[in-house]
Amino acid sequence: MSTIVSLPDQQTATLPKRSYLNSEYGLKSWLLTGDHKRIAILYLISITFFFFIGGAMAGLIRLELLTPQTDLMAADTYNKLFTMHGIIMIFLFLVPSVPATIGNFLIPIMVGAKDLAFPKINLLSWYLYIIGGTLTLAALISGGVDTGWTFTTPLSTHYLNTHVITAGLAIFVAGFSSIFTGLNFIVTIHRMRAPGMTWFRLPLFVWSHYAASILMVLGTPVLAIALVLVLLERTIGIGVFDPAKGGDPLLFQHLFWFYSHPAVYIMILPGMGVISEVISTFSRKRVFGYTAVAFSSVAIAVFGFFVWEHHMFVMGVSNYSALVFSLLTMLVAVPSAIKIFNWSATLYKGSITFETPMLYAFGFIGLFTIGGLTGVFLGSLGMDIHLTETYFIVAHFHFVMVGGMLMAFLSGVHFWWPKMTGRMYPEGLSKLAALVTFIGFILTFFPQFIVGYLGMPRRYAAYPPEFQVLNVLSTAGASVLGVGYLLPMLYLTWSLKYGKIAGANPWQATGLEWQIQSPPLTENFLETPIVDYEAYDYEWLANKTKNEVTTVG
Amino acid sequence: MHFISPVLWQFLVNWMTHFALFPPEASRIAPQVDALYFFLILISLVGMAIVIALVAGFSILYRKERNPEATQIEGSTLLEATWTIIPLALFMVTFVWGALLYFRIYDPPTNAMNIYIVGKQWMWKAEHPGGQHEINSLHVPSGRPVQLTMISQDVFHSFSIPAFRVKREVIPGRYTTVWFEATTPGTYHLFCTQYCGTLHSQMIGEVTVLKPEEYEAWTAGSTSGMSLAQNGERLFASLGCNSCHSGNAAARGPNLAAVYSSRVPLANGSYAFVDDAFLRDSILNPTMHVTAGFAPIMPTYQGQISEEGLIDLVEYIKHLHSNYRIQQTLNTSEVQPSNLGQNGITAQRTYTDMHSSQVPQSVQTQRQGTAAQPGVVNQ
Repeated sequence: MSTIVSLPDQQTATLPKRSYLNSEYGLKSWLLTGDHKRIAILYLISITFFFFIGGAMAGLIRLELLTPQTDLMAADTYNKLFTMHGIIMIFLFLVPSVPATIGNFLIPIMVGAKDLAFPKINLLSWYLYIIGGTLTLAALISGGVDTGWTFTTPLSTHYLNTHVITAGLAIFVAGFSSIFTGLNFIVTIHRMRAPGMTWFRLPLFVWSHYAASILMVLGTPVLAIALVLVLLERTIGIGVFDPAKGGDPLLFQHLFWFYSHPAVYIMILPGMGVISEVISTFSRKRVFGYTAVAFSSVAIAVFGFFVWEHHMFVMGVSNYSALVFSLLTMLVAVPSAIKIFNWSATLYKGSITFETPMLYAFGFIGLFTIGGLTGVFLGSLGMDIHLTETYFIVAHFHFVMVGGMLMAFLSGVHFWWPKMTGRMYPEGLSKLAALVTFIGFILTFFPQFIVGYLGMPRRYAAYPPEFQVLNVLSTAGASVLGVGYLLPMLYLTWSLKYGKIAGANPWQATGLEWQIQSPPLTENFLETPIVDYEAYDYEWLANKTKNEVTTVG
Repeated sequence: MHFISPVLWQFLVNWMTHFALFPPEASRIAPQVDALYFFLILISLVGMAIVIALVAGFSILYRKERNPEATQIEGSTLLEATWTIIPLALFMVTFVWGALLYFRIYDPPTNAMNIYIVGKQWMWKAEHPGGQHEINSLHVPSGRPVQLTMISQDVFHSFSIPAFRVKREVIPGRYTTVWFEATTPGTYHLFCTQYCGTLHSQMIGEVTVLKPEEYEAWTAGSTSGMSLAQNGERLFASLGCNSCHSGNAAARGPNLAAVYSSRVPLANGSYAFVDDAFLRDSILNPTMHVTAGFAPIMPTYQGQISEEGLIDLVEYIKHLHSNYRIQQTLNTSEVQPSNLGQNGITAQRTYTDMHSSQVPQSVQTQRQGTAAQPGVVNQ
């Protein structure tokens, strides 16, 4: 199989003498850093930690569902597990996954800046994330919470004795970490682009992060409001959501989904940015229809704010408002379709190679297409009545979030690993991991579409025995998937010491981040770059490399 | 002899013989929902096939060995317009189709028979107008539209019958409705699909569809002896509602006879349509809708009547076509010699005491005379 990897001669290659990794030493130099790259690494370690906690819970959930009875754990324990799985995976992994790690590392470099606009706010954002994470763990250790990640009132306000307040505070605090990241990105992208870096020369990764940042800044405060109202209702009984006091329990649904629907775009848009970079690099071509892909991100961000009621079609909302929201839901599906087709068309007449990031990107395209199309099932009003609140929704959501976003995250981590660490990951093993993840994923979540259409409700600790076969398949898939996620964890750690030295531009990619040393200097650029070429200009890159001697170190 | 474990063997055999991709189609709407489902699967398969063909095809045709040098292409407005408009058109077809179904599922026909459902942690209570009460089960006749008027006593629940392809959230503090027309007799799953706490997964039951004649037999055999409207009449009197809502010209409250499904003028100048929700709101939160020409003096009954009691009252008022029986009960109380106190509170208490002893009589006459009685029309 051919490859575009161009590594320096490993006999003589050395890592750069000075880089952001060795500019300072000691724990304090990391914990008080203002460097966006170090903060990105801090984030990467913390979200990986929470990912494996959330993943362990998913494993236990699947194990319980192996049999129709509640035999492994009590129903209450099961309820706590899926609640904590949802809270950890969504608020502590998916929302910060790509933006706070890869985005934090790359956005300043991609626009040609030395750092984000507000380095200290960036550090504060990580500390808020850690406080949020600690509170979540505190809620978990002190006995857990069983509201479901959606905190549905009045269940969460009047009927449960678990640690709702701790968990609510955790999400409230973690939400601010996300707001600060978004704010930092918006200001950086607007104000700190290098000379010549116009909006339409920005990599699509930056465009998708810009769109996601707008959602973070405008959507997250509404979640904060909803959570504060839940906490006030629980503590002093203000009654906003309590029908006995004239409140409206549906109001909570509106407030919650006003954030939580845009939140899925916060999660997926940065992943789409990764895919644009990877597909372009490994097919040696400019992304097909750059402008369409850029504006489709913005369109998703705009339409994404006006579809929240599609989570409430069966909740007794007016039939006519359901009509409007269903129409808008159909419209928001179109930009995603455009992206999928444009990525496919990018391959046309390319010169394609199949390194690990590309395999993960192919996995993304396949799984996200299924996830997106099943979203159309759910957006269609009459169909939604039967499908909502069943395993069909679980499968759809996991196809988009795990099949889509996690694939994109792993694609991005592999793609930029040489830039972040200066070393390559082992190619053979990582291809195996990509394949195992893909197979495990399909086996885990595809049966859930079928069992969902058969009517199996979500969040059931016990289920009618006729659904067992499909659940067994799903559990079997989950164990394969678990292996697929453990592998990168192991070999990426291994590669920190034993990986091949990568050199500045192992993929022969065009982004500004590939034109500087790996790992980069703390200040990124020795002198401010002047951009005089379009994004994904491989001819420019060919001319540049022809005329210069590549040196490492 | 088994090469694999007998348990696994049995399991596999079971799977091969019972493998289902679709739940049974047991309602009139089910085949229509499935038709949309097949259409959606079809467009998904076509969409997937196109994407896979493009990605796989290009990966083979333009892999580096075959095509070492990439040709740069800017994009193509025509192509992009094509793959914007075609998906959009398909999504619009899906939208219209889905919307038509949605309105069909959530707009009950006017001739539907009504059954009340009360959800609570963690059981379903069904109340038939004829006074049949069920827990975690629901008996319905086939070939006849059935509307469910549902309310929750505590948290959000969701009433789902996969075989009928219907589902609706059951919400505290407001009525929601759903309807279906069962076609195939049999027993089907009933699930609560909204997470509602510890025993959410035990909040399940069975829907039994009976042939019309079997349903008649079941109805006759399972009645508790008092219809919902009769229970409602009893409550109406014991709560003292009749002292104000007597239908007299000088009464302090509006006349309730034939008020259901009418438009009543409100004190703020607007009109309100009287449905189940309006009646329920007016009992619990009387100042919400004050009828024109009446002072807002009615006290709230929040917390004093259970959801079942409210259903009884609503069912009673719904079928109240004249004030004859209300006035009759009032007159009876007025001729009682013990009626000393003339102030409201004492008088009310007297009515309460009296009616609790009087109602059984009226029920008996009711049962003998059934529809001949002008006051309450059963069902």
